[in-house]
Amino acid sequence: MIVKLMQPRIAGVATAAMLAAGSAQAEVEIEYWQYFFDARVTAMEQLIQNFESANPDITVTMTHFPYADYRTKVAAAIPAGEGPDVVQLFYGWLNDYVAAELIQPLPSDAFPPSMIEDEFFPMVGAMREGDNYWALPTAVRSLALFYNKTLFDEAGISGPPETLDELIETAKMLTKTDAAGNLTQVGITAGMNAQDHHWFREVLVRQFGGEPYLDDYRTVNYNSDAGMAAAAFYTGLVNEHKVSAFGFMDEPQAAFKAGRAGMHIDGSFRIGSLNKTRGLKWGVTELPANSDGMRSNYSSYWVNAITTKAEGEKYDAAVKFMQYVTSDEAMQIWLDVVGELPAKPSVGLTEANANDEVFGPFIRGLAYANTTKFANESAQRQILIDMVQRIDIEGQAVADSIAIAAEAEQELLNEYHN
Amino acid sequence: MYHRLSIRQKQIVWAWAFLAVPIAFYVVIRFYPTANAMAISFQNWNLLGDRTWAGWANYAKLWNDPVFWKVFRNTFVYLLIGTPVSLVISFAIAYHLDRLRFMHGFLRMLYFLPFMTTAVAMAWVWRWFYQPVPIGLFNNVLATAGIPQVEFLRSTTLALPAILAPAVWAGLGFQIIIFMAGLRAIPRSYYEAARIDGVSNWTILWEITLPLLKPTIVFIVVFSSIGFLRIFDHVFNMTTNDPGGPLNATKPLVLMIYQSAFTDFNMGYAAAQTVVLFLILLIVSLVQLRILRDN
Repeated sequence: MIVKLMQPRIAGVATAAMLAAGSAQAEVEIEYWQYFFDARVTAMEQLIQNFESANPDITVTMTHFPYADYRTKVAAAIPAGEGPDVVQLFYGWLNDYVAAELIQPLPSDAFPPSMIEDEFFPMVGAMREGDNYWALPTAVRSLALFYNKTLFDEAGISGPPETLDELIETAKMLTKTDAAGNLTQVGITAGMNAQDHHWFREVLVRQFGGEPYLDDYRTVNYNSDAGMAAAAFYTGLVNEHKVSAFGFMDEPQAAFKAGRAGMHIDGSFRIGSLNKTRGLKWGVTELPANSDGMRSNYSSYWVNAITTKAEGEKYDAAVKFMQYVTSDEAMQIWLDVVGELPAKPSVGLTEANANDEVFGPFIRGLAYANTTKFANESAQRQILIDMVQRIDIEGQAVADSIAIAAEAEQELLNEYHN
Repeated sequence: MYHRLSIRQKQIVWAWAFLAVPIAFYVVIRFYPTANAMAISFQNWNLLGDRTWAGWANYAKLWNDPVFWKVFRNTFVYLLIGTPVSLVISFAIAYHLDRLRFMHGFLRMLYFLPFMTTAVAMAWVWRWFYQPVPIGLFNNVLATAGIPQVEFLRSTTLALPAILAPAVWAGLGFQIIIFMAGLRAIPRSYYEAARIDGVSNWTILWEITLPLLKPTIVFIVVFSSIGFLRIFDHVFNMTTNDPGGPLNATKPLVLMIYQSAFTDFNMGYAAAQTVVLFLILLIVSLVQLRILRDN
């Protein structure tokens, strides 16, 4: 076939022209890859079914892998001409995929930048380069404060805290110790290994008057008075107020699920597993504001992109599929099945969704959320884990520890961007 | 052609024909990847893009990386504590088990059981043993006695021994079996001669048993040293929240390689560490063989 020899974008236009001229289109099969997470696979199966019944000439085959193998498999398959036509990736990986020429930009006629800018939450702007977007999300995630209703009733607390000061006071009422002085129930979970490193970076540092990064996340800026105040507040939950312990019950979410933690900060993706926890009565509210009433949040997302493998009629089918998975209908299905939040205000901020008891706090959080542009999320998380441990285990001064962390992270960012 | 060969030549042809299969196998799954890893150690590669030559940059980075030296030290601590401790314990158990007739088979099975258990399952069980109150077994015992709890896995000094303990325990069963086989191989007549001469038990152990067990000891030392130098499963599974932590206190070289490769996607740097590990294993094995070889 001639089209196969052409550049993918030109080929796409050519095939579209052929279609317009009325030539019949044969059956096309495209492949979709994502990592394995039960609810995500179920949701995608539904989306594929709906898409196929609307487009009977296109078949979508989904393949999923364990998260740990994902990148290796994608990297090996696409250059070999195998693998996905549409692929799911974490927003933080985009640069690597673009540099390795694994994905191609979305066509601006089907995805006009002005339309995307109007319709999607602003954080999606990170996917834009010039007149094209590289990829688009179906769903986004944000953080909120989960609380255990049973423990709140038991301690006689009327409602979840609204500010950071109230957070500490509430946590004190929820903390229990045994005769030897060991914590047996924490007021709030703590652990940079879970979502707390996002809470620190994008929420606490800002709430204490700082800006965590400068120059489009290329310069570390939390080694400041605000950063120190934020770190002191965070480690103070354990060292000063003693309402929490790092490593309590192994993992923060485990402590909350077991009903041994009054409060817990986590992402919207936790909703599903908490719903499955028998006997746990939980509620969720927005992350607490600072004393001036200022709130912040962290949001992240997975995107779908068209790979460089998709050419000709497969490319056209991939574009159609991308249009469907970024449609309002797809986003509502994703919210209902996975619990991840719609990437467009038109779906997310509907009366029903925004006032939903469970999704509401997350969706409201999106309005003031920031998205960290990570170079290497796990390495950057590790730096904050180590920062807290130097303070907690080795008794290092907050100022010294945060200086070491900032220097290490800056070095990592420099290495990545150069 | 073939029928003109002598019988000896035919034997050689057939020997090579059969040897060709394992040789081809080894070339493809051992030698080629090894050579490839060595090449990658001089390259930059993030798994997605092209490989580019980096010269000695990965090795220079390794030399200047304080985490690498910490990890290097940890690796040898695992080796220098793990090997002698497991050697002494397994010998002591094998020595006494060998003299025991009552429930011998059952006891031997009990000692061998941990060796057959998957390291991952075992590591998680021990991880929970070590947890603070309210879920950790050890700390609940301490708390019941009114003793303040010990943060086994959240301590920069205690975490490494706490992880090493189950690793030693897991390897014991195998070493005991090897030691018992070695003990059985010593001819009875030596012991009988010693008894007739009226030699003490201690002298028999020191002068007969241990010298004759030397080949067994060499095997176990080399085998368990390589095991401790390559320790990974126990450390990784007991510290998944902060792999090799706290503050790199428990991180062995293999875990650092894993993280460089599969969380940082820095394959060149990981390959450079792998080459270093390969050299360490080679040197340690050669030194041990030389020291423990029969004079």
